Amino acid sequence: MKLSLGPILYYWTKQKTLEFYEQAASSDVDIIYLGETVCSKRRELSAQDWIDLAKSLSQSGKQIVLSTLTLLAAESELKVLRKLCSNGDIMVEANDMAGVQLMSELGVPFVSGPAINVYNARALKVMKRQGVSRWVMPVELGRDTLQDLLSDAKEMGVLEGLETEVYAYGRLPLAYSARCFTARYYDLPKDNCQLKCIEHPEGISVHSQEDDELFSLNGIQTMSGRTYNLEGELSTMQKMGVDIARISPEAGITFEKVDQFRKAINGSAQTIALAEAECNGYWFKAPGMDQVISAD
Amino acid sequence: MELVCPAGSLSALKVAVDSGADAVYIGFKDDTNARHFAGLNFADKKAQNGLDYARQKGVKVFVAINTYSQAAGWSRWQKAVDTAQDLGVSALICADMAVLDYASERYPDLPLHLSVQGSATNYETLKFYKNNFGIRRAVLPRVLSLKQVEAVAKYSPVELEVFAFGSLCIMAEGRCYLSSYLTDESPNTCGACSPAKDVRWEQTSAGLEARLNNVLIDRFDEGENAGYPTLCKGRFKAGDRTFHAIEEPTSLNTVELIPELQAAGIKAVKIEGRQRSPAYVENVVRTWRRAIDHYNMNPENFKVKKQWKDDLAKVSEGNQTTLGAYTRAWQ
Repeated sequence: MKLSLGPILYYWTKQKTLEFYEQAASSDVDIIYLGETVCSKRRELSAQDWIDLAKSLSQSGKQIVLSTLTLLAAESELKVLRKLCSNGDIMVEANDMAGVQLMSELGVPFVSGPAINVYNARALKVMKRQGVSRWVMPVELGRDTLQDLLSDAKEMGVLEGLETEVYAYGRLPLAYSARCFTARYYDLPKDNCQLKCIEHPEGISVHSQEDDELFSLNGIQTMSGRTYNLEGELSTMQKMGVDIARISPEAGITFEKVDQFRKAINGSAQTIALAEAECNGYWFKAPGMDQVISAD
Repeated sequence: MELVCPAGSLSALKVAVDSGADAVYIGFKDDTNARHFAGLNFADKKAQNGLDYARQKGVKVFVAINTYSQAAGWSRWQKAVDTAQDLGVSALICADMAVLDYASERYPDLPLHLSVQGSATNYETLKFYKNNFGIRRAVLPRVLSLKQVEAVAKYSPVELEVFAFGSLCIMAEGRCYLSSYLTDESPNTCGACSPAKDVRWEQTSAGLEARLNNVLIDRFDEGENAGYPTLCKGRFKAGDRTFHAIEEPTSLNTVELIPELQAAGIKAVKIEGRQRSPAYVENVVRTWRRAIDHYNMNPENFKVKKQWKDDLAKVSEGNQTTLGAYTRAWQ
């Protein structure tokens, strides 16, 4: 099974971002996704910067994929999407059907990202018709659904030439809004948000009035408060035929996790237990925030 | 503009038809629709009765089959499409590519609308659904500003319907898993958000507490309006403040935008609320009928009447309404 690095979901400074990818280039991942998927106002790196960075990272021998925006409404956002989709060189991850439409018009194979609603094999078949060569399972789905989906897809002949990727580590992207919650937190209007996200490289923590960590506000994106961690499920995934496990970047800890996941894949990991602030519920058809102890 | 109205029961359907709906939308009694609540929706026979009633009065019936099927449940979604076709409904409202694919392949003459759960926020997405499934209409999410609605409408290859009134979803519909993060059900998978089975109310010394799967969503002082604990509308702690960190409980009301929506070429406006009572349906549908008729009679001099606002305020969540994302304040 391969390991991938998802796109950075937070807004990091250009310097921090470049340093991150320098480290990524020499890390033990097989695939690197990069690009802005959350908010078009985040321009520490322009679309061209992302394309250039992607091209230079291609030298590392890893597969590089340009991830695209999830919630597109403005014409300017579609313009950036067109630029990324037609880069002619680097593979693209579509996170909105607009990206799917553009890639299918171009006739170039692409990745269907976690925000594309593929809940069953028939939907996957539709995506395959558009030229999808890899799909990432939506984060609210889990093991049993994936098992059924893959077995149906196999029967339909959809799996040939199609890779399956599972979001396996990091805070979960749970929702996208017209509203910017970071701006709301600062009592700022969205069109004068002062790019406050950059001050929150891990998002803004939201707790219940009883101090349960519930969510993390990341601009227009609401993320899980707990960090999703399927390290203990990697061997199950492998047996199921999952091709890639995705690690979503979290400040400071990403590459440590990459090494741990690699060890787990190689079967040389010590006992794997979840930390208190971690969850794995979705994988077991439980509430996403839950910690479930695997019966295996 | 067509007035599309919610009907969670036969009596709500009749009231909607009698109060001036151009179309009503219903769901079947299972998880194939996004208002899968106990006691709501239509079994086959009730659906037939509703359809007969609406048809006699020249009102269309749409059926929402707008959740996402997982492998084990596919036969239910398939059956829902078959049943709707047999009933002879005016259109299906769908989100799942699999459902759209099946319906368009099996019943090419059955009109398809892309549900708001399909999360189409731009015209490239609409092209996708038109090219692949021949959809005739799309319902736009409540996250778009008026300017964005106009931009989508300008190049849209299909008719557009927008939300006019009702509960305000502030997340892009079809792309929100908050509910399944705290409970085990979401709109996409089960047709439920913050499901009632997980809600618990408790009077404590600190106030009236509303919990969802044991997580404290809000705590109300005496005399405070305690609304349903939809999780995005709870009061939470962020930084050193306790507040509605995501959204306040308000309703969407766009009655004053009728001229702009009309000018943008919007073909239909939708009233939210299949889970609401016939009294709600009657009030909202009648008021909106009046407003649209008033506009049609004299488009140049359209003015919102105070009476409409007062009537709609009575049934609004938290007794307040907002233009939501349609105005700049959010953008």
